[in-house]
Amino acid sequence: MTAETATPHAAPNASDRDAVTAREPLLRLDGITKTFPGVVALDDVSLEVRAGEVHALLGENGAGKSTLMKILAGNHTANRGAIHLEGEPVHFDNPMQAKRAGIVLIHQELSLVPEMTVAENIFLGSLPKGILGTVKWRVLFAVADEILKTLGCRFSAKDKVEKLSIANRQMVEIARALVFTPKVVVFDEPTASLTDAEKVVLFEIIRGLMRKGVGIVYISHRMDEIFTLSHRLTVLRDGKVRGTRVTAETTEDDVTRLMIGRSLEGREKRAAGEPGPVALEVRGLSCGSLYRDISFEIRKGEVVGMYGLIGAGRTEIAETLFGLRSPDTGEIRIDDETVEIDAPPDAIARGLALVPESRKEQGLVLGMSCRDNMSMAQLGTVSNGMGFLKPKAEQAIYDTYATMLDLRSPGPQALVVNLSGGNQQKVVIGKWLSTAPEILILDEPTRGIDVGSKSEIHDLIRRLAGTGLAILVISSEMPEIMGVSDRVIALYHGQMAGVFDAATLTEDRLVQAISGL
Amino acid sequence: MTTDTGEVGERRLSLPAWRDIGHGAQRQGILLAFIVFLILFSLFSDRFASWDNASTVFRQVSIIGTIALGVTIVVIGGNLDLSVGSMLSFSTVMVVDLHDKIGPAPAMAITLVATLAIGCVNGILVGFLKLNSLIVTLGMLSAIQGLTLIYSGGQNVDITDQEATWFAFFGRDFVLGIAVPTWIFLGLAVVFHIVLTRTAYGRRVFAVGGNKTAAAFSGIRRARVVFSTYVISSFTVFCAALILGSRVMGSQNNVGQGYELLVLAGVILGGTSLLGGSGSVIKTVIGVLILGFIQNGLLLMGYQYYAQWLVTWVVIILAVWLDVASQRGRLFTTTA
Amino acid sequence: MTKTLATLQNLRRFTVIPPIWLFTLACAIFFSLMTDNFAEIGNLKNILQQTSTIGLIALGMTVVMINGNIDLSVGAVVALAASLAVGLQSEIGTLPAVFVGLGAGIGLGFVNGMIVWKTGVDAFIVTLGAMIGVRGLVFLYTQEQSFFAMDFAYSDFGMSQFAGLPTLAWVFLGFTVLMHWLMTSTVHGRNAYAVGGNRDAALNAGIRVGRHMVVNFMIVGFFAALAGITLSTQMGASTPNLGREYELWTITAVVLGGTKLAGGAGSIVGTLGGVLAIGILRNGMNLMQVPAFYVLVILGAILIIVLFIDRQVNRAGVEEVKI
Repeated sequence: MTAETATPHAAPNASDRDAVTAREPLLRLDGITKTFPGVVALDDVSLEVRAGEVHALLGENGAGKSTLMKILAGNHTANRGAIHLEGEPVHFDNPMQAKRAGIVLIHQELSLVPEMTVAENIFLGSLPKGILGTVKWRVLFAVADEILKTLGCRFSAKDKVEKLSIANRQMVEIARALVFTPKVVVFDEPTASLTDAEKVVLFEIIRGLMRKGVGIVYISHRMDEIFTLSHRLTVLRDGKVRGTRVTAETTEDDVTRLMIGRSLEGREKRAAGEPGPVALEVRGLSCGSLYRDISFEIRKGEVVGMYGLIGAGRTEIAETLFGLRSPDTGEIRIDDETVEIDAPPDAIARGLALVPESRKEQGLVLGMSCRDNMSMAQLGTVSNGMGFLKPKAEQAIYDTYATMLDLRSPGPQALVVNLSGGNQQKVVIGKWLSTAPEILILDEPTRGIDVGSKSEIHDLIRRLAGTGLAILVISSEMPEIMGVSDRVIALYHGQMAGVFDAATLTEDRLVQAISGL
Repeated sequence: MTTDTGEVGERRLSLPAWRDIGHGAQRQGILLAFIVFLILFSLFSDRFASWDNASTVFRQVSIIGTIALGVTIVVIGGNLDLSVGSMLSFSTVMVVDLHDKIGPAPAMAITLVATLAIGCVNGILVGFLKLNSLIVTLGMLSAIQGLTLIYSGGQNVDITDQEATWFAFFGRDFVLGIAVPTWIFLGLAVVFHIVLTRTAYGRRVFAVGGNKTAAAFSGIRRARVVFSTYVISSFTVFCAALILGSRVMGSQNNVGQGYELLVLAGVILGGTSLLGGSGSVIKTVIGVLILGFIQNGLLLMGYQYYAQWLVTWVVIILAVWLDVASQRGRLFTTTA
Repeated sequence: MTKTLATLQNLRRFTVIPPIWLFTLACAIFFSLMTDNFAEIGNLKNILQQTSTIGLIALGMTVVMINGNIDLSVGAVVALAASLAVGLQSEIGTLPAVFVGLGAGIGLGFVNGMIVWKTGVDAFIVTLGAMIGVRGLVFLYTQEQSFFAMDFAYSDFGMSQFAGLPTLAWVFLGFTVLMHWLMTSTVHGRNAYAVGGNRDAALNAGIRVGRHMVVNFMIVGFFAALAGITLSTQMGASTPNLGREYELWTITAVVLGGTKLAGGAGSIVGTLGGVLAIGILRNGMNLMQVPAFYVLVILGAILIIVLFIDRQVNRAGVEEVKI
């Protein structure tokens, strides 16, 4: 393989890019078209991946990335178009066929069986079989350990998967891909739940595959990753290819424009003006091993960002404020008054609102209509003394916030499950704004939603602060935190690592703070 | 959302007309099936389509139906109640036994309190302690069976003066030409339907059943809602016990044995999903009536009593299959 | 040699002693101290014989539940197999009748499995329907009559002993070992855990989930039928109401043994512990002359307490949000 020329530990430099782009394609998708009832999911999509190339695939949610990859991996069959692997036409009816041919998809949702051993997971569906259908355990563990060693994993093939960290589970997924000596590996948002250190390891493995001449399709929302890792990138929008670029010759702005079909307006200047009196004050809050000695305050009209790695205690602090956890010690003061918040209804009564981290699990009842979801946090106020609901009051809430948030929904009775991620998030936000809160907590408000809705939500946060709301934004995305906050609280392992004024804060300083430096 | 269309795609059923029927069927399928049944039976038996016969069926299903109303609310709230059968035994034995000892009204009051207390235990275990409802109510099924036997000492009980007591009202009397059991069954159905569809409480039950975490994050006190569904379920068992005790004027210790699963069959047949968060008591009324009309119709057509169970088997699976298939957009799964 | 060693090691790897055994042992010790005759060999044989019926069904139920399904029709299958095996004896001979009974169980398992697979209707609903329907079949076939075994060898078998143990205890223990081996050492057994633990992953990995489920439903059908036949050999007869509520007792035993309703976790060793726990409790309390009524209450309470303790132990403590 000629891929040895690629430099390890660094972004591909210009010369190996040339080398890579000069090669014949390993994988070619030609004019793939896929329709679902009433929707054209993919329209004449073509894509090629060369041996040893990382080809990034970008697009907003619903652009067709996942459908394309599912067709490639044999989960779906295309209506039209052809797939060529090493110049030969191929056709897959199921994922097994694709795997045997050398195309492996590493799923976004981990697809492991937690109660089974690492080795059994790696060989799931193809356990070595002896006489009487028994499992050949010795062969199984030996081969699995061998694969784990090549990946530099420190756990044993005999460990149960449920005992592994998220990052190590991802390693098991990758190990599973290697069983089939893959020619093409598709990574679908692999870093979504990884820490920075774990990302470094993952990138190292991807580069290792690259050097072996494996073609890699890398799907991600994160520009920084795409620009460090990929040779070329292809952007999908509404099921069509909007452009393929050599990564080194393009810019983030260019890519963003391809993704949303227009350029993002410059970020609005913050609403100037002095913040008001202190709305929420937290003093010495501690909760077991989750976080310790947290103290901060939020003023009316102020946006405070909370930044830290996953597991730093951010979400747990928000949940405590909202009455979903009981702190061991510490004091919560609202409007200069110490409050006891035992359960969410207490929090709501005190003017708190929480837009939770997980939209589908914590934010919405997916089988209910938009209107019913929006009035869910205040069933007391939309019903009369007898407990009967007032449909007009509910409709009024829906009308007000659907307009205010520019909700794109077929109507108040449409089930939220049928909305896009961005519009679902608007329903959650509408639900909480309709309770007329004084303190709004947003936990990862833009996770997994498209770029367009994202900037709308950022604007909204600033606008709401302008009306005097005290806002706490929790996020893993540094640009989001830096862009939207007035002050930033950095967390490290459940402790405060500093409070910074956003105007003078640099990215480096913030990274140091959350890494315990 | 195009990426979430799941396995819809290849080898699609090429019957668009069937699909359209399927989609309508999602909402009205059970009503449709019901009407088809009535017509079929009417064709095969002259006596079937008569007022007398219809009112007989209503009266026959009233016990299972009344309990099914309560169980529907538990199921919409995302749980199961398998203890209703032995609770019915308990309640009936108690009210009949106490009738002769302390008179009908005190007997009813004490039985009501005892039955609701059992409902509260279910509610605390499933609601506040968050234990799995299937196993909890399975354990309660056994425990209440034992309690009933301990209470009665293993003896069957009955009411001595069956003619004189006004207790006969609940199971044997008619008001405006309609049997009291039917009034109780349909009356509760109307009340529950209004509560579920028009009140904040009903909305809370649906929300908790649909997504208990999201409900809690929206300030709904999940444990209390779940607790209340079990209390309601035990209340419907009490009402059914009044009908049963009054009709039979006596009770065996195991009179309610097996009711839990027959009741569930009615709920499922009506189209309430066991996953929670959807369903309606009106559907359950229809589901229970279908069970009743199958039994009645087959008997009138001269089949043996037990033939109804075979038909029930087929009908339950067909009904749920139709529901699942219309959501899937194809008759069969494509699972390997 | 090394191969056997590895197999032994692997048997051990998956043979973690489930907590229910602590309870089972505690019960055994308690009753040995409280009664004179609990610990007698004769009584222990009794317990094994008494528990063999529920025990056999529980073996099959464990597989189906680890697989992520449930079978509520086992009680009705018990009655059907018993009625066929006893009722057909005089016409086609004892052994053929037994095979017809077993075949009926396997066949109904196949029907249940195919319906679950092809229609996508939940196993709870499919087998709830079957529970009602198969019971109807039993009544139609028997015309509400009890059948008595004309072949004395048949009823002798139920009372016979082999090498110092009741034959039925041997049958139960033999199948327990076989099923333990199936679940810990064979590809089919391991796939059952995979399908129950993460169905989509199993599908993506190329496991034929549908076929796999059908086989497991046939296994539980076989065991339910076998239990019906062994029960009727003990009674020398069959009644159409045989096996009522057995589905509930079996599920109780399996859940006590640590198998999760959601699937993916559980073990035959645990199920054996659960079955014996129920058997010992019933037997011991009987010896202590506690009326049978109290046993029902205590069993129900224990099921709930075990569930409660399990939740307390497995809960991640402070990590969990209170809702």
